[in-house]
Amino acid sequence: MWIYEKKLQYPVRVSKCDPQMAKWLIEQYGGADGELSAALRYLNQRYSIPDKVIGLLTDIGTEEFAHLEMIATMVYKLTKDATVEQLKAAGLGDHYVNHDRALYYNNAAGVPWTATYIQAKGDPIADLYEDIAAEEKARATYQWLIDMTDDVDLQDGLKFLREREIVHSLRFREAVEILKAEQGAKKVF
Amino acid sequence: MKENQLPEHYYTMLEELQAVDFVLVELNLYLDTHPFDGAAIQQYNQCAQKRMQLAHQFQMEFGPLMPFGHAFSKHPWQWVETPWPWQV
Repeated sequence: MWIYEKKLQYPVRVSKCDPQMAKWLIEQYGGADGELSAALRYLNQRYSIPDKVIGLLTDIGTEEFAHLEMIATMVYKLTKDATVEQLKAAGLGDHYVNHDRALYYNNAAGVPWTATYIQAKGDPIADLYEDIAAEEKARATYQWLIDMTDDVDLQDGLKFLREREIVHSLRFREAVEILKAEQGAKKVF
Repeated sequence: MKENQLPEHYYTMLEELQAVDFVLVELNLYLDTHPFDGAAIQQYNQCAQKRMQLAHQFQMEFGPLMPFGHAFSKHPWQWVETPWPWQV
């Protein structure tokens, strides 16, 4: 079971209305290496992963939903006061005719989220290596996003998220070592 | 409750809670892969206690942070009241 908590994991502030940046940020909402992909990937892999790493997948998967809410908050704040003209100028005309200012799970190019972004191989090492790669790709995406804006308030939230990717990657690497040790232990007679 | 109607200490109390919760998330993930680190477990339990106090204070003033029986409500039902996290 999951229980919602009515607060963000980390404060999200933006210093201006910026629909162009919102369009780019949506990559981390409904893109291949985004937070939705991450949450669904980890929580779904839990059922076939060895017991020793179920807790880690549960907790990181849950934290990803908190990150998804932070991205949503950024996009919401960057677009809530935008005029239709501003949305059009930011390349969000296509989005506006289908969704108005509503959020939608698509990437920066408008391609809808798809389950093909994530894998569950049933092989613990293959799954964890995918998870490590996913964290590194998300970290890189956050860096490119930070480079795309001069809004220091927005950059602060993005830097927090970038650092979380690094910690998650480290924990997943440790999980690989735990499984290797367990595998090795079985061969000792 | 609109953004400009929130008192200053809403933000300070919230940030205090977010800060201790961050420590707890970090210790939690660390302990998931280092379950025998007694010092980290002790630190986790201390922070958990601090967290309960801070959450209690915040909720007494600004209403429940969690539904489904994890916090109390005054009359009328407070859970549905604004602000939601993206509105602050």
